Amino acid sequence: MRTMPTTLPVLLRNVVLERAGKTLLGPINLQLEASGRTVILGPNGAGKSLLLRLCHGLLSPTLGEVCCATLGSPTRAEVRRRQAMVFQRPVLLRRSAIANVTYALGLVGIRGQLARSRAMEALDLVGLASLAERSARVLSGGEQQRLALARAWVLQPEILFLDEPTSALDPGATQAIEAAINRFADNGTKIVMVTHNLGQARRLADHCLFLAGGRIVESAPAATFLAQPNSPEAAHFLAGEQGAYLKERDDDPDYYSV
Amino acid sequence: MLDAFASAFALIISGDAELLGIVGLSLRVSLSAVFFASLLALPVGAAVALFSFPGRSGVIVVLNALMGLPPVVAGLIVYLLLSRVGPLGPLGLLFTPTAMVIVQSLLIFPIVAALTRQIVSDLWEEYREQLTSLGASRLRAIPTLLWDGRFSLITALLAGFGRATAEVGAVLIVGGNIAGVTRVMTTAIALETNKGNLTLALALGAILMTLTLLINGFAYGVGEFSRRRYGA
Repeated sequence: MRTMPTTLPVLLRNVVLERAGKTLLGPINLQLEASGRTVILGPNGAGKSLLLRLCHGLLSPTLGEVCCATLGSPTRAEVRRRQAMVFQRPVLLRRSAIANVTYALGLVGIRGQLARSRAMEALDLVGLASLAERSARVLSGGEQQRLALARAWVLQPEILFLDEPTSALDPGATQAIEAAINRFADNGTKIVMVTHNLGQARRLADHCLFLAGGRIVESAPAATFLAQPNSPEAAHFLAGEQGAYLKERDDDPDYYSV
Repeated sequence: MLDAFASAFALIISGDAELLGIVGLSLRVSLSAVFFASLLALPVGAAVALFSFPGRSGVIVVLNALMGLPPVVAGLIVYLLLSRVGPLGPLGLLFTPTAMVIVQSLLIFPIVAALTRQIVSDLWEEYREQLTSLGASRLRAIPTLLWDGRFSLITALLAGFGRATAEVGAVLIVGGNIAGVTRVMTTAIALETNKGNLTLALALGAILMTLTLLINGFAYGVGEFSRRRYGA
């Protein structure tokens, strides 16, 4: 367990993101609480990834503000240092696995032997200790994503953003990633994850946010939301993901299945 | 003609002192020029890739254009700077190997800087979000990107080296082709061909071609190695 977080809760007030005169996201009013695992769901183009990037300071809102507790905007290095993000496709430096982790530590001023031992601990945690000296870029997809998690782990972030971290992985690799994510949560890190995988949402979510058309349509405890969504959009989305689309087609006498 | 080839080959095998001296000076001058030009061109190219500033597009166009700077023009500029009445005249550098290093650096700089800008800017595209997420500023990202682009950048350095060893106009103007002092492979070939001494000219030509082949082979090998080892 860590000391009191200084960047949580994350508060979004009337946040709007526009590009070339088009509103991509917002207005959004949202408070991300200090603990728990929040899963963001929604159809493609709903603005889920943009929302993560706004919370992590990779994008600045056109209107409104993102405020991380007492430290303010996440575009400040001070705030981002207490956050971490794992992307859909991990971006790994063209170096060894362990050098990828020690690089992140170097940026926060931890170098030398201490950095190496911390990096080894983190690699061990995600089951990559034996591949420490291997080139990061030749690891498998699942290993690369676990390495990205180890790199986030050494930073001991107060909040971890994950953008569809398992969308390109097989079930075995997915399971390893989910286990690692839970280690973060157990350690007191706030989890905010975008996923398309409802099974994953069921396994990991404490709280669900449902986005559609750039707005938050629904926000509810996971169990409630996944069993009985309130909004028609969410109901449609959940049903679609569960294969109702195919069922509907099966009932259509003009539809030939092959 | 065949005789000339045979005696040129014999000259190379015998390890002729004059020949070795010329080849040695060529390599010394061009390698020094690559070193000094790159010292400046690598960070400058990376900075142009990463930072936006007024006139950035202009800088990029000029750098790209200067990749084709005619060596004789570079030679003329450096000659004027170093000549007795020029601003750097008192240093007495004209017709010395140092002057040749200067003029070749001038030729290499835009090549390395422009290629570095391209390589680093592609890499930055890929790394940008991740490095920002990890808290690296743009300034801090420069050494990171230069290191991660090291295999592509070696190719840029070799392109610069190839240009330097192959050009004749610039070193001829500022070096003067003085035997044993500023005579390099290209100026020697030009002179010996004029004099009708085809043996030495052909021997030097063969060495120059071999060197070019080796450089390109090395660049290819580096690329293959990095692809296999680093998947990029």
